[in-house]
Amino acid sequence: MNITLKDGIDWVGYIDWTVRDFHGYKTESGSTYNAYLIRDEKTALIDAVKAPFVEKYLDHVRALTDLESIDYIVCNHAEPDHSGGLPVAMKACSNAVLVCNAKCKGALEKHYDTADWKWQVVEDGETISLGKRTLSFINTPMVHWPESMFTYVPEDKLLFSMDAFGQHYASAFRFDDEEPLDVILQEAKAYYANIVMLYGRPIAQTMERAAELEIEMIAPSHGVIWRSHIKEVFAAYQKYVVCKPRPKVIVLYATMWKATEQMADAILEGAQECNVEAHLYNVDSTHMTRIATEVLDCAAIAVGSPTLNNSIMPAMAGVLCYLSGLRPTQKQGFAFGSYGWSKRGGPTEIGQAMEAMKIEMVREPIRAQYAPTPEILEECREAGRAMGQYAEQFPAE
Amino acid sequence: MKKYICDVCGWIYDPEVGDPDSGLAPGTKFEDIPDDWECPECGVGKEDFSVLEG
Repeated sequence: MNITLKDGIDWVGYIDWTVRDFHGYKTESGSTYNAYLIRDEKTALIDAVKAPFVEKYLDHVRALTDLESIDYIVCNHAEPDHSGGLPVAMKACSNAVLVCNAKCKGALEKHYDTADWKWQVVEDGETISLGKRTLSFINTPMVHWPESMFTYVPEDKLLFSMDAFGQHYASAFRFDDEEPLDVILQEAKAYYANIVMLYGRPIAQTMERAAELEIEMIAPSHGVIWRSHIKEVFAAYQKYVVCKPRPKVIVLYATMWKATEQMADAILEGAQECNVEAHLYNVDSTHMTRIATEVLDCAAIAVGSPTLNNSIMPAMAGVLCYLSGLRPTQKQGFAFGSYGWSKRGGPTEIGQAMEAMKIEMVREPIRAQYAPTPEILEECREAGRAMGQYAEQFPAE
Repeated sequence: MKKYICDVCGWIYDPEVGDPDSGLAPGTKFEDIPDDWECPECGVGKEDFSVLEG
């Protein structure tokens, strides 16, 4: 396995082949926790790994240098998938100084017993010389936590981008040109949608700052390192930060006695008459990770649930809670569903939830009492058609 | 009119600019922002803002 990014800079992370649940994100392809070793006149580690894998990480470092030779451990992000190994690493690397910004120091002190740690707190724009190379620090708040930071090595035109441009993707390879591009871009999209979709604005600002840097390589904290397809992943991110719509509609539903399902099918049929991608997802059979990924670039979304206990189906409530937190923008939509006797819950509640998410609501909810009549199914088809016609205006790429 | 800074992410609310994306017209004083408003950068509420000194 080639682990060398640049002469003197190596990957020392951990490939987590078996993880399938990352705080609710269904990581079908596993993940990696990337950490990097820079050997110059001084020696620095960039980030650590999740706590259970710290010994593997230290083994990777030991294979290249003595732990006593480590002068700095840079922490770009305090989240435990990168910082969990720090308590053991700081003890093992007895000469190391922990380098991070002030917010990160505060967060690490609340996560771990840091009483014995030596610190060097850095400001935005500050640098540390390693000899031939320089570490330059760029604060990137909310990409993905308040303390998040990039570390840039100008001499190597190398950006350690932490969660930005990452993918939950376990691979036998470390570089983007060793994997199919469509696969890694899809994983980068899923990662963006599920982890940072809500921070589109700060990410857009960070991208502007990054565009001013000369970059030959982007080394994120998860997944493959970008060296041959930086342009492609940058272009993809430019679209993601504004949830740019494509000619694509989504019909998302939960059902009890198949009434709402019939309505969903009819909406899909209407949309399929248009020149768009029309997707159908039942929340009971599709994990919310996939749903969030698909919502990122859709133009319109229809959401349906029957009334249950004067409310909605709990699985749909979970998906809506997740989606509303991720704050997708630039979407149109409407609600639908069957109901029994209560005017509350069901399609009414779905419509309210969508409005609260700032989805532009194009019509009142489509309601069917108990089961949809042929007229109601035609209304569903017509609403699907209208959604498809709206989505047709957007370019496919 | 006083500016306010988000203690979490550092975004600055300038009343002269407002937050038009969230429906706050230019000239809206921080005190007059509705309680359900969220920081446009990180999503926290008004309670996590402080007066920007200087």
